[in-house]
Amino acid sequence: MTEIQAGEEAASAAASDISPVPAIELDGVVKEYLAHGEVVQAVKGVSLSITEGEFFSMLGPSGCGKTTTMRMIAGFEDPTRGTVRLHGQDVTDVPPNKRDVNMVFQSYALFPHMNVWENVAFGLRRKRVPDEEIKRRVGEMLEIVDLTGREKRRPREMSGGQQQRVALARALVNNPRALLLDEPLGALDLKLRQQMQIELKRIQREVGITFVYVTHDQNEALTMSDRIAVMNDGLVEQLAGPREIYERPASKFVAGFIGTSNLLSGTAEDVHDGTAIIKVGDRDRVLVPVAEGTLQGGAVEVTVRPEKIRISHEEPASDVSAVRGTVAEVVYLGTYNSYAVNLAGGAEFTVFEQNARDSSITAERGDSVWLSWQPQHSYAIGS
Amino acid sequence: MRRKIAPYLLILPGGLWLVIFLVVPLVFMASVSTQEGDVVNGFVQTFHLANFTDALVEYKTQFLRSAGYGLAGTLLTIALAYPVAYWIAFKGGARKSTYLLLVLLPFFVSFVLRTVSWKFLLADDGILLQPLKDLGLVPAGFHVLQTTVAVVGGLTYNYLPFMILPIYVALERVDPRVVEASYDLYSTARDSFTKIVLPLSLPGVFAGVLMTFVPMTSDYVNASILGGPSNTMIGNIIQTEYLVNNDYPAGAALSFTLMAAMLIGIFVYAKALGTENVLEAAAR
Repeated sequence: MTEIQAGEEAASAAASDISPVPAIELDGVVKEYLAHGEVVQAVKGVSLSITEGEFFSMLGPSGCGKTTTMRMIAGFEDPTRGTVRLHGQDVTDVPPNKRDVNMVFQSYALFPHMNVWENVAFGLRRKRVPDEEIKRRVGEMLEIVDLTGREKRRPREMSGGQQQRVALARALVNNPRALLLDEPLGALDLKLRQQMQIELKRIQREVGITFVYVTHDQNEALTMSDRIAVMNDGLVEQLAGPREIYERPASKFVAGFIGTSNLLSGTAEDVHDGTAIIKVGDRDRVLVPVAEGTLQGGAVEVTVRPEKIRISHEEPASDVSAVRGTVAEVVYLGTYNSYAVNLAGGAEFTVFEQNARDSSITAERGDSVWLSWQPQHSYAIGS
Repeated sequence: MRRKIAPYLLILPGGLWLVIFLVVPLVFMASVSTQEGDVVNGFVQTFHLANFTDALVEYKTQFLRSAGYGLAGTLLTIALAYPVAYWIAFKGGARKSTYLLLVLLPFFVSFVLRTVSWKFLLADDGILLQPLKDLGLVPAGFHVLQTTVAVVGGLTYNYLPFMILPIYVALERVDPRVVEASYDLYSTARDSFTKIVLPLSLPGVFAGVLMTFVPMTSDYVNASILGGPSNTMIGNIIQTEYLVNNDYPAGAALSFTLMAAMLIGIFVYAKALGTENVLEAAAR
């Protein structure tokens, strides 16, 4: 580290209550590779900064560049352009074995010829940690992941969930500055996955280490993360907390990728007092909150989540958004009913209705219905 | 009923083949090995077990020499084959199968023919030694043929692919993510090789040893083509007993002794270096 860098670190440490040095920073990171003689951009310029102790997820469909981005943080891929910083230090050219981050691999990548204890002790042994300390730390870590008593087992003699915990312990025992997890629950069945999600969150709170979590499972990301970067086609589409991502998707892609979303195309007629009146189809008008000056009329798309919508036969009050449609399908799903409704304007809406009091359904297939929602539950997306 | 019989019908042709051409001759040879007599007056079964002890005592040197040559050749093939297999498996890229074909290419030429061409190459006044002698780089009396080096070299050359292939298969099966994990856990390139890649490829070496040591030890072609009188291996003795001396009982007794020694050797080897234990030792 140079003197200037050290000085900067000290300065920023002093001001840490205002702006702490981020655990991980990516600055204009681009990854290109050659495939069949053509340059392909897997990551097209990602800049983000992850705070110390944060549970940070990178969420996106396969091929969106999330795994490549993580591998650049770990050091397994060299960025074509851009900088990777760990705790303010430029590590772009530092090999993985010299980076203070550890990774939990997608298929665990446990050492098949070593037992649980040897797997977990591997990193500490390479770092020449004294034997006594290795014994203590491995023991403690196995306790945290609830594998005490299974030290002598081989990976292949264990269940998927147990292997997963070994992989976690093997990485965490080294006390990394950040833990990178590449779809770590992908190979587990649903029940175990949900269990492990809670477990992971607990372990993260317990050890207080920054977690960077790569997944294509939106539920997983929403459940566990402090912040989520939704990625698509090599770029970050939105970076925000789970609630904001779900409630206020920044783009059509995010709205479609996270949860079920209804999209309505219309024309903005009038904007005043932060509310836009959007004309949908021939007869219906909906209200949408917009920031002042962002919408000046013209084509616009409105999204609204299925559980925010009320379905009824009577025309609702005039202060809510309402559209007309015909019920195309009703599906009973236990805790709720799901309606598919064809709108007069041509769009197809999904509506969830909770089975709160009785299990009777509001509308039958073929019924003409009104769909209504509070304007603040819908968002305009400039297309 | 039919379903129960079907599997047996499937092994019938191969099974019959083995019974007729392996088991029957083996039983016949076992019987011959304890007979007495000569080829003119015929052999009589007398359960003369001394055939075995006589053979062992008389050809102890050749037995030991064969084992020594086999061992030296095996170690040499490991040393030569491992880097080749490693390179093909990890650096071969899209051309892996081409490189494997190159490894196997010598098999398209007969084993004997290849060994004979070595004889040409290494001849005292051949294309290799003559120029060196002309330049005065080696003394005029220098020779390679009829030495231990020539025989072990020939054995190593001939059995090299049998070592490369199993090691390659084992290396190919090493999960690249496991290797990455070792780097992630602070391994140097050397740690990653000695602690992860090498132990995981040992089953391949183990298989390679079985596939090279056994045929090398019982080989007679290399010794008879490349070696001299002091390089005689047990295979050559057996050949001579059968085809030159017509002493079938002695030949049969030697063959069985060799077979038994090999089987015991393999068994001890497998016991001592069971894959499981090898891996455990490497994990330390």
